[in-house]
Amino acid sequence: MDSANDQQVSPGRLLWHCRRGLLELDLILQRFIEHHLESLTKDQRAELFELLHYDDITLLAIVSGREQCEETRLKGMVDLLRAA
Amino acid sequence: MSVPIRKFDAVIVGAGGAGLRAAIQLSEAGLRTAVLSKVFPTRSHTVAAQGGVAASLGNSEEDHWHWHMYDTVKGSDWLGDQDAIEFMCRKANEVVIELEHYGMPFDRLDSGKIYQRPFGGHMSNFGEKPVRRSCAAADRTGHAMLHAMYQRNVQANTQFFIEWMALDLIRDDAGDVVGVTAMEMESGEVYIFHAKAVLFATGGAGRIYYSSTNAFINTGDGVGMAARAGIPLEDMEFWQFHPTGVAGAGVLITEGVRGEGGILRNSDGERFMERYAPNAKDLASRDVVSRAMVTEINEGRGCGPNKDHVMLDITHLDPATIMKRLPGIREIGIQFAGVDAIKEPLPVVPTCHYQMGGIPTNYHGEVVMPKNGNPSEPVPGFYAAGECACASVHGANRLGTNSLLDLLVFGKSSGESMVEFIKAQPVAHKPLPANAADYSLSRLNRLDTQTGGTAVGATRLAMQRTMQAHCGVFRFKHMLEEGVSKITEIEQQVASTEIKDKSKVFNTARLEALELDNLIEVAKATIVSANARTESRGAHVRDDAIDSPEFPDGRDDANWLKHTLWYRDGNKLDYKPVNMTPLTVDTIALKKRAY
Repeated sequence: MDSANDQQVSPGRLLWHCRRGLLELDLILQRFIEHHLESLTKDQRAELFELLHYDDITLLAIVSGREQCEETRLKGMVDLLRAA
Repeated sequence: MSVPIRKFDAVIVGAGGAGLRAAIQLSEAGLRTAVLSKVFPTRSHTVAAQGGVAASLGNSEEDHWHWHMYDTVKGSDWLGDQDAIEFMCRKANEVVIELEHYGMPFDRLDSGKIYQRPFGGHMSNFGEKPVRRSCAAADRTGHAMLHAMYQRNVQANTQFFIEWMALDLIRDDAGDVVGVTAMEMESGEVYIFHAKAVLFATGGAGRIYYSSTNAFINTGDGVGMAARAGIPLEDMEFWQFHPTGVAGAGVLITEGVRGEGGILRNSDGERFMERYAPNAKDLASRDVVSRAMVTEINEGRGCGPNKDHVMLDITHLDPATIMKRLPGIREIGIQFAGVDAIKEPLPVVPTCHYQMGGIPTNYHGEVVMPKNGNPSEPVPGFYAAGECACASVHGANRLGTNSLLDLLVFGKSSGESMVEFIKAQPVAHKPLPANAADYSLSRLNRLDTQTGGTAVGATRLAMQRTMQAHCGVFRFKHMLEEGVSKITEIEQQVASTEIKDKSKVFNTARLEALELDNLIEVAKATIVSANARTESRGAHVRDDAIDSPEFPDGRDDANWLKHTLWYRDGNKLDYKPVNMTPLTVDTIALKKRAY
């Protein structure tokens, strides 16, 4: 699986990684992307890309606030997603 | 233009439950197997399945595959093929135990055996009382299943092509399937995958509806590709709906909300269920509630600017009760409807959940179509399994937990059939037709050069709203007729979609346009088939086919105990008989479906 470190995170790739197996995540991520994609810094895009590597069940629990993200450096991006 | 060719023994399109199960069979037989997937395999929509997988293991109480078969035939409203249903129910224990051996973390009894729980429609002793038949891994059965099978495939050296979108099926002059064209998203380049056998395991197409529980990836790619390649689609009028999805989002609201006192209201604020079900009111059965909601909307008493939903009201309940008994509901309301359910009612609408019809197959997973007087002649080299296929085990209505079973049983049987077929072939592949990629390239070229066309998003929305209003959970003759005309108009717009971004690398606009090409085939098949079937059966319910002694629940066995086959060419319809002859037991005779 690719990671943020070895590939440039293009907007198209990021958008496609927001396509998920769970509808709830599709909806949350689509809303986030519509409002925030343009304003994300390069580092933030990389953080979002990394977060999108979590499996769907875990990612939904994280963005819904039921679970904490184990990677504390992604906390800022998690907070942005939760607020979206 | 030359297109690069990749050669494999088998190509599987789709890496959800069915595709992964089939791939295990092929790779472990030593065949070179490619699996193409739009998304990473464990992000397939199978991940959303929570309820479990049905198998008459009898770990907690007596059970038998024959009882399971009876429930499935009855659930299907007798439209399911009884040979395929017997096959599936008899194979259930084997595939569940295999899955356990792959590492699936099923919930367990103290004895160490797989724990089983009851599920709607699953009964013991031919419909007598509920039975514990569902095997689950907490509420993440689909998730655990994908992980176990993906790992097994990695061990077996299955070659995954992740973030590849299949474009078209390749058939030679004889009609045999010899491969697919596919696009690598990262480069936008088109390749030919040349194969001795191709399996479609692309899932359902629930995104044809405005309100759907399906993830955005469920765009019926395999079904659309099959239709474009001249394969008929079977029983596409049958779609399972849930009465209360959040309007505009599709996220399900559990029936428990009405159980706790939630009330459905129309635009006048009226508790309309009192008129439709004076006793049960809001707790009437799913179909009664769904029909009442649709009738209110159709008669102009829907809510919102488009008057296209009703309201689920729990504002009269004590907030402490809501927080205690329905903790998730407030979160869903805030997140997906922008509404705090403690203070305001939630917008809800009957929501599409599952596609019963699909690419016609037999229980070996071979795609079949009428030829030379045989209604079910296999198409050499072509296989389908899972929600995109119609075996047909779900008939007019699917039982809960039978979808994961379908994936496992027909994933495996199609894999076995492919192994047998491939090993019987000469060493060399059948040659590709000279123009193998031309059709796909012309579709892409049209998108790249289209000017003055329609926008993809708006066209998709028009299709979804039309399907929701004209061919939803409860169907009306005049609405269906009008809907056929509207979808035909929208089809013209789909043929001239225009994308502004012509770039190649991860161009999501192009991908969505290609997905819409597939969705519109499913929408046409659905509404044309539904318009023609003038009875009510299972999930296909019409207001002009109502309950009477001659036609129980509006079902007309004399004229409609048959499978629909829709052909893309000319929107033509054909029919084939339902297989009422099981493999080893007596026919489960027709009767009214009552619980």
